[in-house]
Amino acid sequence: MKGVAIIVGYALEESLRRKIFVIVLVLTAAFLGLYGLGAEKAFDEVDTFSGGSGIPGVDERTLAGATLLGLAMFGTLFLGAVLAVFLTLSVVRGDAERGLLQPLVVRPLGRNSLLAGRFAAAAAVCGVYVGLVFAGAAGITYWAGGWWPDRFWLPAAELALAVVIIAALSLVGSVFLSATANGIAVFMVFGAGLVAGLLGQIGEAINSQTLLDVADRAAWALPFEALYQDALNAISSKSFGLTAEALQLGPFGGAQSGGHYLWPWIVVYLGIAAVVASVFFARKDL
Amino acid sequence: MAPALLTSGLAKRYGRVEALGGVDLEVGTGELVGLLGPNGAGKSTLVKIACGLVRPTAGRAEICGAPAGSKAARASLGYLAELFRFPGWYSADEVLRLHQRLGGSGGGEAERRELLELVGLTDARDRKVETMSKGMQQRLGIAQALVGDPRLLLLDEPTSALDPAGRRVVRRLLTTLRDRGVSVLLNSHLLTEVELVCDRVVILLNGAVAAAGTPAELERPQGVEVETDGGVRRYPDATREDIPGIVAALVADGEPVYAVRLVAPTLEEAYLRVVGEDPT
Repeated sequence: MKGVAIIVGYALEESLRRKIFVIVLVLTAAFLGLYGLGAEKAFDEVDTFSGGSGIPGVDERTLAGATLLGLAMFGTLFLGAVLAVFLTLSVVRGDAERGLLQPLVVRPLGRNSLLAGRFAAAAAVCGVYVGLVFAGAAGITYWAGGWWPDRFWLPAAELALAVVIIAALSLVGSVFLSATANGIAVFMVFGAGLVAGLLGQIGEAINSQTLLDVADRAAWALPFEALYQDALNAISSKSFGLTAEALQLGPFGGAQSGGHYLWPWIVVYLGIAAVVASVFFARKDL
Repeated sequence: MAPALLTSGLAKRYGRVEALGGVDLEVGTGELVGLLGPNGAGKSTLVKIACGLVRPTAGRAEICGAPAGSKAARASLGYLAELFRFPGWYSADEVLRLHQRLGGSGGGEAERRELLELVGLTDARDRKVETMSKGMQQRLGIAQALVGDPRLLLLDEPTSALDPAGRRVVRRLLTTLRDRGVSVLLNSHLLTEVELVCDRVVILLNGAVAAAGTPAELERPQGVEVETDGGVRRYPDATREDIPGIVAALVADGEPVYAVRLVAPTLEEAYLRVVGEDPT
């Protein structure tokens, strides 16, 4: 465990010294600033549109608030994925090709400790980052329109866990692929997951079992997407009637809930990722 | 006491390419062994197997009695890779501190100070790696390999980027380490350097040991040359003890003898002969 802690410290120091945190904070501030501006205008438009009389059966503030926060969650997941990928894409092969890895792994700490340390550091940074950005977006939504998600902690945890899974995939990829190839591969996988989720939304809207099945299989294979969908579902879980229907038809409506097996599957999935990375890294010539 | 490094029938294949074809090698305690060979002979592969970076296809390698790659083996060695890099944002002192923590060394600041002094980087203690020349980084790499007082030092081309003064510093360092009982396997293309400091030399060729011995053994006389009126006469199988007889026979035959030379090749000539190149 001591070796893992040293590598966690090394990885965090790397992020600090290379000014990764500064860049991320500046870009995040810009993202939340733009989101705040957009949310305020959107809620103003809702008030103008409904004219105070409202659309029968639809809670416009919930519809606007959940859709806006859903959009913010998409942005948060994307930013978290970028951070997760850049913190892990070159951990094994990329660093070995640059000659950074060899001096570390010949030390007694061992290869598994190095993997565990790099993963723990990336997971902690990305998980906390995504949780804070989600909280910021929820706070801005409340400030702009007085709307607060039906559930807060669950979607925050699910978004954080989604980027942890992306970090794990990127770490596994780094055992096999060079840094550039790994970055491209993980972003393509990330995109495939999001597309599968949108297919599910479309399937829900047009009542297509085939599209729903495709989305379901993709969500099991890429559970960060299932977590994202479940998080979207959770922010408006108490909505009902026409409001819920309208939300489900939108792109951030949370049509699919993860179900009872989602969290156990996440544990198994991360376990499989850890075993694959460990076994193949142990056999890798550096 | 187990030898610092012992390999037995060590073999490694990369697909269809045989990098090592069954190498037996021993580096004793306090011994400084030079590893020579042309590019692709398997030198770096051997060193990498010894420090656990590469898995052998067959055979075994032990570091101080522990299987190569095991935690105990890694705790006993220091390694400088041929191609290495330290994080550019670290200072020289921070690089050593990181490796002290990774290696479990309790030497603290005194050890770091001593190591930087040994490699001539005292003034660069707080200098960032990214601002160092390649030669300075190589010296820092040697200091890093020495963190934690290793029993065996594996150095893969440690002086390739050093100027003559830097090489001299490293040569002195290596002899100091030998005096302290540290074993060193030095993989280098600089034959004069190997000749100057190594107790023994092993020449690898096509993944196998082609020659081994002390520099004096490898440089053993290759015959006698005698300058006469008829030109230079060569006696390839003659030794130093044969010289009086050769001279006496020539004089008896009425041949004036102007000079006699025992043909003793340099290590470079010996090396070139072993690897099949023409020494001339």
